[in-house]
Amino acid sequence: MTESPLVELDGVGVRIGSTQILRDVDLEVDAGEEVGLFGANGAGKTTALRLMATLIRPAQGTGRVLGADLTSPERYDVRRRIGMIGHTPGIFPELTLVENLLYAARVAGVPSERAGEALSAVGLGGAADRLAGASSHGMQRRTEFARELMIDRSLLLLDEPHSALDRDAVDLVEGLIARTAAEGGAVVVVSHDRDRINKIASRTVELAGGTLS
Amino acid sequence: MTTGFWHQVSAVVHRDLLRERRRGDVLWITIPFGAIALLLIPLAVGTDAILLRQIGPGMYWVIVMLFGVLVSVGKASNETLPQQDASALLGLDPAAGFVGRATSATLLLLIFEVVVGVVAVGLYDVSIIGIPWLIVTLIIVAIGLALLGTLTGSIVNSTSAGTALVPLLVAPLSVPLLLGATQSYEGLRLGHSILSWVLLMVAVVLIVAIIGVLTARPLQET
Repeated sequence: MTESPLVELDGVGVRIGSTQILRDVDLEVDAGEEVGLFGANGAGKTTALRLMATLIRPAQGTGRVLGADLTSPERYDVRRRIGMIGHTPGIFPELTLVENLLYAARVAGVPSERAGEALSAVGLGGAADRLAGASSHGMQRRTEFARELMIDRSLLLLDEPHSALDRDAVDLVEGLIARTAAEGGAVVVVSHDRDRINKIASRTVELAGGTLS
Repeated sequence: MTTGFWHQVSAVVHRDLLRERRRGDVLWITIPFGAIALLLIPLAVGTDAILLRQIGPGMYWVIVMLFGVLVSVGKASNETLPQQDASALLGLDPAAGFVGRATSATLLLLIFEVVVGVVAVGLYDVSIIGIPWLIVTLIIVAIGLALLGTLTGSIVNSTSAGTALVPLLVAPLSVPLLLGATQSYEGLRLGHSILSWVLLMVAVVLIVAIIGVLTARPLQET
């Protein structure tokens, strides 16, 4: 890990259509940090995560993630090192849980053996052949965490990671967060649960009206 | 560790074919509807065997065009934003995604062409002539429609205009394919060379493929 800060936003604004979602956002996230991001519904939390995931470009200001400028093509090269788990699972309901991970492994160039190992690590070894669409929301989220375990990520972006998870799964999530930070990566966690985030985050920031405080 | 372009293409093809096997959109919905459409035409124009034999090939290609584009547009636009984000963060090259989706659509369209073709032969008493060239034509049309539908699906995904754009985008580019396919069959029937029509279709395929690959990244990033 050589790029620090891993996330560097300077006066960033994001517009979607004619709506200004984020304005004048300044944020630095250093290697080893676990940052909690709070905000009311519609405050722009998900947009902020997608921005840090390099999936949208800033309309104003400058930003770098893992050393890549958010407005230049170099951002494509760092995407594989960024993991994001949003509200809605980004897995395919028609595939089984293990098929979802095998697809991820093949695209990311990870050995396929890791798919089964990762699924076992999140406690879903016995449900590998269950269709994702027929699995509970909690199992789908565990599968997404398995994907992030399988691929070495330097930056983890988690949107309400504790929702729909039982106690064991919460422990897994918190283990993944701690491991990523301990290995020199960084984690940004969006949540409404201040108590829980205060326990795991080294720093918290609040997003209100599209700006950080 | 990096992964190759074609490795990613094969991952997308495998994923899409698994999804289709479980959903059955093409096998259990599109193919039966295509067959029913071919069945309805004789009811509308009458059961004149000579007339049906004359219009049969044209009707077959029209059905293949209409349903084929719908198949590939549907396949290209059935990913949610979180699914697209997840694939992007796995490092999926958008061009590999485009080629993969078009390849899986091609395979499904080939099945569609064969099954509906059998129905057309049965209902319209269409002669099967020049089998090697006919196979070449079927493959080129399947590839062309798959590319066209996949490109259209990508454009639809990236704009707010939605599916209203589909007919406007598809019509100009599918016409050369329809012309090429119908004229190739007619040429085979009359014993003429069909090379120029095949080359026309190949040119369309290449143009759409190049546009699709080159615009895959900008369309994804829109």
